[in-house]
Order: sequence, then structure tokens, then C-alpha cells
Amino acid sequence: MTLKHVFLAGLVTLAAVTLTSAGPGSGTISGKITYEGTPAKQKPIDMSKEPSCASQHPTPITTESVVTGPGNTLANVVVYISAGAPDEAAPSTSANFDQKGCQYVPHTLAFQVGQELKISNDDQTSHNIHPLAKINREWNKSQPPGTPPITDKYDKAEMIPVKCNIHPWMHGTFAVLKNSHYSVSGADGGFKLPNLPPGKYTVTAYHESYGEMTQDVVISGSETKTISFVFKAKPY
Amino acid sequence: MRKMNLAKLFVAVTTLLAAPMLLSAQQGEAHIGNLSGDAGAGKHLYYRYCWGCHGFRGDGNGENAPYLNILPRNFVAATFKCRSTPTGTLPTDEDLFNSLKRGLVNSNMPSWITLTDQQRADLVAFIKTFSPRWKNEKSGTPYVVPPEPPLTVASIKHGQELFQKLECWKCHGPEGRGDGPSASTLTDSNDQPIRPYNFAAGSRFKCGTSNADVWKIFMTGVDGTPMPSFADVIKPEEAWDLVHYLRTLQVTHKSPELALWMTTKEGAEIVSAQKIYGTPTGSGIKQ
Repeated sequence: MTLKHVFLAGLVTLAAVTLTSAGPGSGTISGKITYEGTPAKQKPIDMSKEPSCASQHPTPITTESVVTGPGNTLANVVVYISAGAPDEAAPSTSANFDQKGCQYVPHTLAFQVGQELKISNDDQTSHNIHPLAKINREWNKSQPPGTPPITDKYDKAEMIPVKCNIHPWMHGTFAVLKNSHYSVSGADGGFKLPNLPPGKYTVTAYHESYGEMTQDVVISGSETKTISFVFKAKPY
Repeated sequence: MRKMNLAKLFVAVTTLLAAPMLLSAQQGEAHIGNLSGDAGAGKHLYYRYCWGCHGFRGDGNGENAPYLNILPRNFVAATFKCRSTPTGTLPTDEDLFNSLKRGLVNSNMPSWITLTDQQRADLVAFIKTFSPRWKNEKSGTPYVVPPEPPLTVASIKHGQELFQKLECWKCHGPEGRGDGPSASTLTDSNDQPIRPYNFAAGSRFKCGTSNADVWKIFMTGVDGTPMPSFADVIKPEEAWDLVHYLRTLQVTHKSPELALWMTTKEGAEIVSAQKIYGTPTGSGIKQ
């Protein structure tokens, strides 16, 4: 009888501890990514050899190694908590990566270790998906039009460049991260990492052409801390 | 009683000591049929025959590496071209053993027929000590190659359709000469320029000479290069049709497939119109 009581009490304590420690916090880190200097001029893409894609772009598009917005803002920057937050189990939702008009949508896709990655081909042409992983497994698969999505998972955190060898202008990035506290900046350069419990965090910002920058941030209570990253743009 | 305890302690200590050895056993070993390779023996062979190109640490940065235009394999990365296993997975011991025996045609990797089977097995065991991947992962599950169906004109024609439909020609060219629209832009995973295979000028393939080897090349993909795996998009039986068609593109290689294709009007016209220039690896081809 007493044993049962102790066991029950233990269970209740365990549940309480789990709820308080694993429950989402209410702190937020937000801010803006900008650049100084002159970013590389993006080159127009010649899709004339792929008419089914060229016809989807009435105005010719350019490469996307650096995408900027008005006021020197920088898009496609992955902002994430690199230290201070525990590793998390992958969510059950899949991270979707589309090939549309011979472009990657989104150009930069962030998702978690172990999370399902779903790659679709919306084009009327064959693509090959070639994520150039160094820490994870490097694979390379063909995906002709009308074939089902390719799914995969990555075991380790890594920034993986992705390319299509058939269409040399197609480049993208898979950001495989250890927890759910991440954000990819849009054209306005903005990012937001909500639901942070109080604690000391290292925030890392990663850009495929300009590398990474880090900042330490302390969150206490439900405050919102605003930080900014300024990347040094190189014209080449 | 005291004796008993001592005996127990001895067993426990020996088990503890042996456990890490057992765990790492797979990495230092290789099993090919009845052969068992030994990494210790392979090490001596490696530092006699292999490190000049593949490097002291097996990272592909040997003394000769800067002079080679297909870079030596980096055994630390453990990405291998010739496999029987799915793209992204480790090859089997037998795959590595066969690569050593056969060599990689059109590259600087010679055929090591001067070594004995036992020596090659020992080398495979040693090569596997360079990458931690062999510690944490197992080899991929090899594809089962279905029996080759009888060779027919219909099979060749269906292979021809697959070559069109799967857009093999984007790189390999409409006539298989390695001059497709994307050919000149290709780079391998080390950012080195690489050219697609020129079927017209080539009589041999990189990963073996048999039809089953050709079947494996496009099903497994050639990892580390732009050649993807088609295993998800070609049915195993259909893949034989593509093998039969690819053989007809190799006009410098006398094969039953080419002979049969020549007996048809369409085939004879295509073969006689085939032009042979450049090398199998695509150099000397004008775009």
C-alpha cells in the first residue's frame, strides 16, 4: 500500500517537473539581418535550354546566392539557437522542398534532425536532387516529372548545399538543426525566435555565401530581446 | 567461496575489456565470400602501394593527387562510386574488393590483379578504418539484380524510350556521345569539372564490364558525381531494357545487343550515323 503511494507521488512529481521544464517559455528573440558593403551582383539565368521552365518566368530571374531587400536587408539567413536549448525530438510534420520553374522553393529550408524531408517536382522536366552532405550521407536521386515525392531524414545537424546537376543554376540549402528554435529571414531581413524559456542562449545566423555569426543573449521571464546581425557583403 | 568470487571477477573484467574490441570488430574486418580480411595486414600493403595517391591519412591527398584529373577517393568521406547498394549508403566489402581487382577504367586507379585475393581483402579491411562511418553504419542492402530477360528488339526500343523519358540525354547527349546540353556545366562533389560518359567512344564502363554491372550503375547512381540513382523511377525488370539500349550506343564494342539492333532498319541507320570522337570520359568533345 505504502509502496503504491510512493509510486503515485513519484509519478505526480515527475509529471510536474516535466511540465515546467519542457513547457514552452514566453521569451522571444527577434531582430533584423542586414549587410554592409556591396553584395555580389546576381546573374540572370539563361533557361532557354529548358523551355518548360523558361515559360514560367515572364521576366527572367537571377541567381539567388545573395537575396536582399530595401534598406540593405538580407534574406535566406537561418537564425537558430546553437547553444543553450536542449536537443528536441523531430516534429511529425514534414519539411517541404519544391522544384518549381527550375527553382528551389524555398531556396533555404530549415528543419530538424530526424524530421521528414519531402522533395517534390512540380516541373515538366527531370531534376536530380543532390544534397552535398559532408557529415550526413551524400546521395543523389533522379526525379522525373510526375513521380512521387522523395522523402529522407538526416541524423546529424549540418548546413547542406543542394544542387541539381542537370540545371546548374539550381542551388539551395538544407539547414538541419537540433531544436525547433529557428527562423529563416525573408526579404525584409526579419526573424523571430518565440517560446524561449528563461536562460542564456547562443544565437547563430548562417548565410550560404557569407558564413555564420553568433551572439549570446540572456532571456529572463517573458521579455522580448531585439538583436541584429550585420553581415559583411563581398562583391565577388 | 573466495575462489568463486575471483573467478566471477575475472569473467567480468575480461568481458568488459573485450566488449569494445567486439564493437569495433566490424570496422577492422572485411568479409568477401570465404575470405576474411585483416586490417593489420592491409596496413602494410596500403603504405606500400596506395598512399602515394590516397594519402597518408586516406583522405585522397597523396603526393600524386594534384596531378590526377579524377581525384583519388577520400576514404575518410567514404563516398564510393561503384556499389551494389542504394545511393548514400556504404558499399559492401565485396564492392570494394571488386573495385580493387578491376580498377576504375578511364581513371588513374589501376587493376590490382598483381595482389592475391587475400591481400585485396586485407586492404579492404584497412581502408574501412579511415572513416568513422564504418563504425556507426552498416553497408547498404545490395540491390537484387533480376535475371536478364531474353534480348529482343522490343526490349532495345523500350530502353530507347526510357533514355528519352528519363532525360539521360540531358547530360549524355541524344546520341550518347556525352555532349548533352548540361554536359559542359557538370562538376563532381569536390567541385572538379567532370564529363558524362561518352558511349560512342567507350567500350567499357567504370564499374564493370557485364550487363549486370551496367544495370547497377544507373540504379545505384555514381555517388560523388552528378550521376543520380534511378532506382526509385525504373522498375528492376525495365532496367534491363535500358541496359540493352545503352549497349547499342557503344558502337565500338561488339555486343549481341548491337548486332541485333543492326539487323533492324532503324538500328542500322542510327548506328551508321553514329560519330566517334573524343574519349569515353568526354574530353575533346565540342559542344
